[in-house]
Amino acid sequence: MAEVTVRDVYKAYGAVRVLRGVSIDMHDGEFVVLVGPSGCGKSTLLRMIAGLEEINSGDILIGDRVVNDVAPKDRDIAMVFQSYALYPHMTVASNMGFSLEIRRKATDLITAAVGRAAGTLGLGDLLARFPRELSGGQRQRVAMGRAIVRQPQVFLFDEPLSNLDAKLRVQMRTEIKALHQDMGTTAIYVTHDQVEAMTMADRIVVMNEGVIQQIGHPLEVYDRPANQFVASFIGSPGMNFLEGTARQTADTSWVEMVDGTKLPAPRTDAEEGQTVIYGVRPEALTIDEEARSGLIARVDVTEPTGLSTLVFSRVADSITCAFTMDRLDLTRGQPIGLVPDVARVHLFDQASGVRL
Amino acid sequence: MITVGQSKARRLALHAGHTAGLAVFMVFAMFPLFWLVKISLTPNNLLYSEGITLWPSSITWDNYQFALLGSRFPRFFLNSVVVSLSSAAIVTLVAAAGGYAFSRFRFAGKVPIMFVMLLTQMVPLVMLIAPIFKIMSPLGLTNSLTGLIIVYTAFNVPFATFLMQSFFDGIPRELEDAAMIDGCTRLTALRRVIFPLTLPGMGATLGFVFTAAWSELLFALMLINSDDKMTFPVGMLTFVTKFSVDFGQMMAAGVLALIPACIFFAFIQRYLIQGLTAGAVKG
Ligand SMILES: Nc1ncnc2c1ncn2[C@@H]1O[C@H](COP(=O)(O)OP(=O)(O)OP(=O)(O)O)[C@@H](O)[C@H]1O
Ligand SMILES: [Mg+2]
Repeated sequence: MAEVTVRDVYKAYGAVRVLRGVSIDMHDGEFVVLVGPSGCGKSTLLRMIAGLEEINSGDILIGDRVVNDVAPKDRDIAMVFQSYALYPHMTVASNMGFSLEIRRKATDLITAAVGRAAGTLGLGDLLARFPRELSGGQRQRVAMGRAIVRQPQVFLFDEPLSNLDAKLRVQMRTEIKALHQDMGTTAIYVTHDQVEAMTMADRIVVMNEGVIQQIGHPLEVYDRPANQFVASFIGSPGMNFLEGTARQTADTSWVEMVDGTKLPAPRTDAEEGQTVIYGVRPEALTIDEEARSGLIARVDVTEPTGLSTLVFSRVADSITCAFTMDRLDLTRGQPIGLVPDVARVHLFDQASGVRL
Repeated sequence: MITVGQSKARRLALHAGHTAGLAVFMVFAMFPLFWLVKISLTPNNLLYSEGITLWPSSITWDNYQFALLGSRFPRFFLNSVVVSLSSAAIVTLVAAAGGYAFSRFRFAGKVPIMFVMLLTQMVPLVMLIAPIFKIMSPLGLTNSLTGLIIVYTAFNVPFATFLMQSFFDGIPRELEDAAMIDGCTRLTALRRVIFPLTLPGMGATLGFVFTAAWSELLFALMLINSDDKMTFPVGMLTFVTKFSVDFGQMMAAGVLALIPACIFFAFIQRYLIQGLTAGAVKG
């Protein structure tokens, strides 16, 4: 077990700057999830921690050792790839024992370690098979097994679940989390699925275009997003954004929409008259079926899931989503009022996207 | 159910068409071979007297006996085996190394090198005979099997390298990444993971170069002039004399020459089966 420190790391492929000054301190035993849209540099960062990619500048430390120039094999890490990367010409058992075999461990020791890992992952019956004879989910487990057999200092995961079907994904998510809690090994997990990020992480690192947007506990990132990007990326369905003008008097503040509606706003250091983005999550909107209060919108579609209902409605040209546990009887085109909970409203600077 | 019946009939028709097509192709491809065997077994006196028949009224092994015992054919044969096997082995090793580098590394001059290699494939070989002779002669490499091996290696390496490169390209890089994380150096990863997966590619390359060298005539004819250095295609020409062509003996030698090629392919065939990388990535 070890902490992992990434210090002001830059990376460019020719003229393409992939990582632009990334710093993260990952604590010993922590489960850190790197999340961000496709192409933001998550895999690149992970591969740099693994030693598979060179660093242009900055430092990476595992424990208190700078590993910038240490070969992957000497970093004491294990990695699970999105494609699983199982050795096709080896059986499941040899795949899982390969790292120990390369280190010339005794055969009975390898067999025992592989047996233990296979037991944990329910792979006992599959040890003699070849990867091509396994289902996607089983391959994923073998890849996990290969990583845990060695008991490394750090686990690296690069979207290990993205090739599984939705149900299996949820199941494996829980299993990986449980496994991590049992083993207590530092884990760095890359995903572009924000639900995975929220549910698994001790801390989330949100990245965009090679820059870290925010680092924090999942709920902290959810409740207090650093900027509009984080607010839009984390949470599903996503946060609603409405453009307006910040207004305030000595004891109240509000945002005036283009249509003149005044929406209550929290006290921020937004200047009077500043153009802002009014951000409110679907669950922070209450629906007034009589349309007597709040922002007046026209119902577009409703999506009941049984547990809850998502109500999409049209305000001016944009679609706003509201979440309700009530079973409302709404028809398309019907006017409703959207009443925001002011404690859960965020204002973002329109130009920079920074939360005010 | 009618639609199902129709589609079944359709499937059957398709299958029949498929099989018929293959059969036509097989007949077309195999007929010369059959003719080769037939003539090699036909007694000389029946060769012209019987007209064109599918099978002679009597057969003889005389031609084979002569080819094996009465001619220099065994010598030619041995020379060919040496030259073809050596060229195939050297080319495969060089091409595997080069193909791996092209597939995995970025280095200065990669594109120009690949371009030049491609360029060499565009020059008609006939144009190179004179210059090659001029180069080889002072080096004492004419009329020598070594010279022939060098020439064959030089001509086959570019194409074989591209072939091997495409095989390496087909092996996911992540396998090497995984191996290196698991504790391998790049070389161990190559030996333990990549090499076993490239065996089909090496088999194909080996087979390709072997056949090319086995049947090469032009350079063998130009560079070799003494009987004991002749390869088998050149040797075949010795059955053609100023006065006659001894078809029976020539065909018998031809049939014998097919045997090593067949053995060779039977041997590498199991490496040629595809799908060895199946199951490496995704599902
Ligand atoms: N070898 C390379 N050469 C040039 N550009 C590269 C190379 N590898 C990655 N990139 C670029 O670096 C950027 C980041 O890639 P990376 O694979 O880290 O993205 P990612 O965040 O993992 O995305 P995804 O979620 O799609 O996996 C991309 O724009 C990609 O095109
Ligand atoms: Mg990626």
